[in-house]
Amino acid sequence: MEKFIPVNGIVAPLDRANIDTDAIIPKQFLKSIKRSGFGPNLFDEWRYLDHGEPGIDNSVRPLNPEFVLNQERYRGAQILLARDNFGCGSSREHAPWALLDYGFRVIIAPSFADIFFNNCFKNGILPIVLDANTVAELFMEVEGNPGYRLTVDLAAQTIAKPDGTVVQFPVDDFRKHRLLEGLDDIGLTLEHADEIRAYETRRKFEAPWLFGN
Amino acid sequence: MPGRTLYEKLWDAHVVRDNGDGTSLLYIDRHLVHEVTSPQAFEGLRLAARKPWRVSANLATPDHNVPTTDRSKGIDDPVSRLQVQTLDNNCATFGITEFKMDDPRQGIVHVIGPEQGATLPGMTVVCGDSHTSTHGAFGALAFGIGTSEVEHVLATQCLVQKQSKSMLISIDGTLGAGVTAKDLVLAVIGEIGTAGGTGYAIEFGGKAIRGLSIEGRMTVCNMAIEAGARAGMVAVDDKTIEYIKGRPYAPAGAQWEQAIAAWRELHSDPGAVFDRVVRLDAGNIKPQVTWGTSPEMVAPVNGTVPDPESFEDPVRRESARHALAYMGLDPGTPMSAIAPDKVFIGSCTNSRIEDLRAAAAVVKGRRVADNIKLAMVVPGSGLVKQQAEAEGLDRIFAEAGFEWREPGCSMCLAMNADRLEAGERCASTSNRNFEGRQGKGGRTHLVSPIMAAAAAVTGHFVDVSEL
Repeated sequence: MEKFIPVNGIVAPLDRANIDTDAIIPKQFLKSIKRSGFGPNLFDEWRYLDHGEPGIDNSVRPLNPEFVLNQERYRGAQILLARDNFGCGSSREHAPWALLDYGFRVIIAPSFADIFFNNCFKNGILPIVLDANTVAELFMEVEGNPGYRLTVDLAAQTIAKPDGTVVQFPVDDFRKHRLLEGLDDIGLTLEHADEIRAYETRRKFEAPWLFGN
Repeated sequence: MPGRTLYEKLWDAHVVRDNGDGTSLLYIDRHLVHEVTSPQAFEGLRLAARKPWRVSANLATPDHNVPTTDRSKGIDDPVSRLQVQTLDNNCATFGITEFKMDDPRQGIVHVIGPEQGATLPGMTVVCGDSHTSTHGAFGALAFGIGTSEVEHVLATQCLVQKQSKSMLISIDGTLGAGVTAKDLVLAVIGEIGTAGGTGYAIEFGGKAIRGLSIEGRMTVCNMAIEAGARAGMVAVDDKTIEYIKGRPYAPAGAQWEQAIAAWRELHSDPGAVFDRVVRLDAGNIKPQVTWGTSPEMVAPVNGTVPDPESFEDPVRRESARHALAYMGLDPGTPMSAIAPDKVFIGSCTNSRIEDLRAAAAVVKGRRVADNIKLAMVVPGSGLVKQQAEAEGLDRIFAEAGFEWREPGCSMCLAMNADRLEAGERCASTSNRNFEGRQGKGGRTHLVSPIMAAAAAVTGHFVDVSEL
């Protein structure tokens, strides 16, 4: 995973609550056995007017002009602004893969679904929880000001607005550390291999049936 | 020291180490694997030259992509076929037990775990699938994970986790006529919302939950994720132990006795403190039907489609407006006036033998209504299918005009050929009514198996107890 560096980027507002992972990346694209290439199908059913399938040339498909990401002013957005319970539904990691592949590095919402939230950190995306009022304010500012950008600094845990205002955001220390350093979780865990083996030895004695099959 | 909750007991028993930063390294006893969320994890192992930590902890089966029609010629869709072949190859390479597509034990991963006794009380069970919460019905700590964590479990048999808050949902009272486990959990989601359980592990308790069969409890725990909770669970009792006894992966002999003694402790102690408690009376719950595009958008079958303007919260009001437009419904429409085009009985929520028996009892001697284009039953596993056929349920469904299919996830998420066309309306026993879930433009109404059966034979939603 790449280290998370500060982001200064265009903000795209997606003004709906409960955006689920089926909307983020529809199931037909989950048939891929790769981790990359999901970006063109991010929000596929909202983004295009026709039905998408794996293997189709997305560049010739009719775009839905109403959909926010298809509007010129949000082109190249790296920060997604959303409402409550973003990422609810399935555990598919294809959802953060698609967001990342599209170019998003930060998602700001009043709340996220647990599994999605966790999956973001595993892929170098920073999901930021802000209170609903601050998010509502951001929606008004973004929609009222074409070219609206934010600067997100994970190390300082700050979001800087164009007018110089700074908003602090919370993040778990362990998640922050891993994201900033781009650490390999498995490698870190395997440093404790002896403790895992000791646990197994104890459990085989206490609960041998757990090791039967 | 105050008593511990069931969740705390399960958590404590699996902590390998406290990382000192708010997380713990948690040991995983059982890892279930399917074709959709595992290929990139196996690829990661290969790239890092790692091997599975404990091969025997894993059990794999293809379920999401498999056809539910004749399988003798394999899978038509080349992309689906490659994904299933990739699972076969990965399991062969790494020595993982797999119930392949042509194995009678193949089925939906959340059906076969319990069916095999591979899910046991007191275990931590994970799978790259959010409906892993199902296995909590056995007094296990079971939750869905993403592909990075699938790789992490394969490589280390552990996960780095932060302990959740605990919630007790206590449902007392007696279930009314036609009210099932599915209706209870839909009513719970209607009550606390799809984000109500975010950050929590939910224990379901109370007289109505204890009164449910193990399969009913699986239905309830299955949809804990639809209330936002990664894990749902129910305390162990005699029914749990009886259900497990004699299953292929269950302990036997002296270990069986030893296991039972340990499992008897798997309940919340008197005086255990939960972060949140929600109480419902089963007697107030009618058969439920969803009207919108989120499982919390649910109403009793004798109710009506709500008016979005009646919601005070502007975000919820906008969501409801959007949902009604997508669903093609007008405010005030009686739920019983809604007529589905298709009926789907299946999914990890409701495809077990008891679900099929209950639906067959409604269907028996009746015919699928003329306005229903397709009514299908997709058993949860090959063994469920065999059992149903031995009991003659397949004939009851076939005589009524249902299609009787091969096991898999099928139209719950429509990754295979089973799907809705745009604008089609479905009475579905699955778990998600999201936009496009069952096919682009498809309109899903979540219901119990007997409510789906009743909708199939009458052509519209109806209180099954009035049939």
